[in-house]
Amino acid sequence: MESKEKIEKMVADWLKMVEELMKESGLPIVPDPKTSDPVWVDVRELRLRYLIPVKRIRKFFEGLAEGKLYVTKCPAKNIYYFPPQADCPACMDENIVWDEISGNGKLLTYTVVNVKPYSFAHHSNYVIAIARMSEGFNILSWMSVDDLSKIHVGMDVKLVVKRREPEGFFTYYLEPA
Amino acid sequence: MGTAAVVGVGHTQFGQRSDMTLAELAWHAIKEALQDAGITQRDVDYVVTSNVGGWSSEPLPAILVNEYSGLGDVGVMRVEAACASGSAAIRAAYNAVASREAEIALAVGVEKMTESPTLQAVELLGRAGNFFWEFEQFGLTFPAYYALYATAYINQYGAKEEDLAAVAVKNHFYGSLNSLAHFQKKISIEDVMSSRYIAWPLKLYDCSPITDGAAAVVIASEDMARKLTDTPVWIRGIGVASDTSNLSRRQNFLGLASTVKAADEAYRKAGIDKTEAVRRLDLAEVHDCFTIAEILAYEDLGFVGRGEGYALAREGETYKGGLIPVNLDGGLKAKGHPIGATGVSMAVEAVKQLRQQNAKARQADIKNGYALTHNVGGTGHYAYVTIYSLNRPTQS
Repeated sequence: MESKEKIEKMVADWLKMVEELMKESGLPIVPDPKTSDPVWVDVRELRLRYLIPVKRIRKFFEGLAEGKLYVTKCPAKNIYYFPPQADCPACMDENIVWDEISGNGKLLTYTVVNVKPYSFAHHSNYVIAIARMSEGFNILSWMSVDDLSKIHVGMDVKLVVKRREPEGFFTYYLEPA
Repeated sequence: MGTAAVVGVGHTQFGQRSDMTLAELAWHAIKEALQDAGITQRDVDYVVTSNVGGWSSEPLPAILVNEYSGLGDVGVMRVEAACASGSAAIRAAYNAVASREAEIALAVGVEKMTESPTLQAVELLGRAGNFFWEFEQFGLTFPAYYALYATAYINQYGAKEEDLAAVAVKNHFYGSLNSLAHFQKKISIEDVMSSRYIAWPLKLYDCSPITDGAAAVVIASEDMARKLTDTPVWIRGIGVASDTSNLSRRQNFLGLASTVKAADEAYRKAGIDKTEAVRRLDLAEVHDCFTIAEILAYEDLGFVGRGEGYALAREGETYKGGLIPVNLDGGLKAKGHPIGATGVSMAVEAVKQLRQQNAKARQADIKNGYALTHNVGGTGHYAYVTIYSLNRPTQS
């Protein structure tokens, strides 16, 4: 996969070419890079960055910053919720409690992402894994491992809190136990 | 509920369709479907348009397609059930007719994925799970979701990557016989095995491509269908189900629970014993967005038992002449997977197969007059199973 910088340069170069052509013709119409069909290059760029409410599960993120991992639990129905949620649709209540996760589990499945989304292009190939925790619920996250041949389904794993660099936010990882 | 039948189908060339806008592409499928049914726009009482969008520029595709296609002021909506949107559109159109709200309804599926660069399409597809707890933090991709199933399946049953490759080889073989397919080149097991990993253990040739295309079907009431055609293709049963948004909230990764539930409902409605499905169905169109998905479908749809799907692929039992022919149009894998159009495209193929309108090399033998389509949205998030038949339901 190309690096993010390389991709950004390719896009910038291409847009520059569009601009040059537009100066001549007065139209943002260029040949499609693959098919050569004439295409109009959108002149209204759309940039999206979402604002996601976390107020009702704030404790989860406060826990991460302290190196702790929490799950929510409905005491009436004895149901764990991970990812954590503030409402229990089973008992129709929001009387959930916060439990610290044991952190011990077994690997259910995993993959190595070779072709990454553009917004992850600055990361090297990463392992995504799903583990069943000893409490009975599952967690999906990255798995930190120095040697891919050491990973196998059914192995013991543990959860750890680390910063995701270079973004810098606290999140959770699975590791061989 | 009344009965309803497909009386007209239309299907564009699949591929990178930078020669047409979304509306132009949809119209070409609609025009063919109207002509096939022998009706005009004025005969259509209701339209349902399937489009996922995001990668394409028009945010209100349904009304755009209606205007461009001369469908006038008839009622319309756009539906979304990820990659199963097309089947959701068919179900909504079917319900409008079967409930006698409409005499004739049109289901249209259209997707213009290449209006955005491949990188943006990959980015958007990766977000098609649980955005915050899967994509935002862990960068899931669409192949990665199915790779999680592939790893678990291979580990549990001892399947080989070559068995997955066999699905790709079969579907490319049939794609080579389908002039509307995105890819019309045969490939070998070696081609698949030597292609680069996208999300281990899935390789490039295990994955369906990013494709543009449109398809349309005309659905009519029994009285209307009888007036329009001698060979109505009856919708005998639609099953629909769902599964959790977060993959981690599922019990196992060895099959798609939503498919099992949807299939059970569809078989029950069509009066087919699931254990006899392969003997009753002349063919199946299954959701092979990735090779592993087709193998899971063999099991989830009851063609074989748990853990036996990969052997079906390995032994070539889903070619024409085998236990049950699957994806004789090349499937999503070779025909292409224009997300919102895929479910409608499956319906078009099922109808053409039952009418025996395909080139001989990829025409199934029609003995019982039953075909099944299986359309999955996301990673089993949405599932639709539909059974089409030349035989009218015995009771409505």
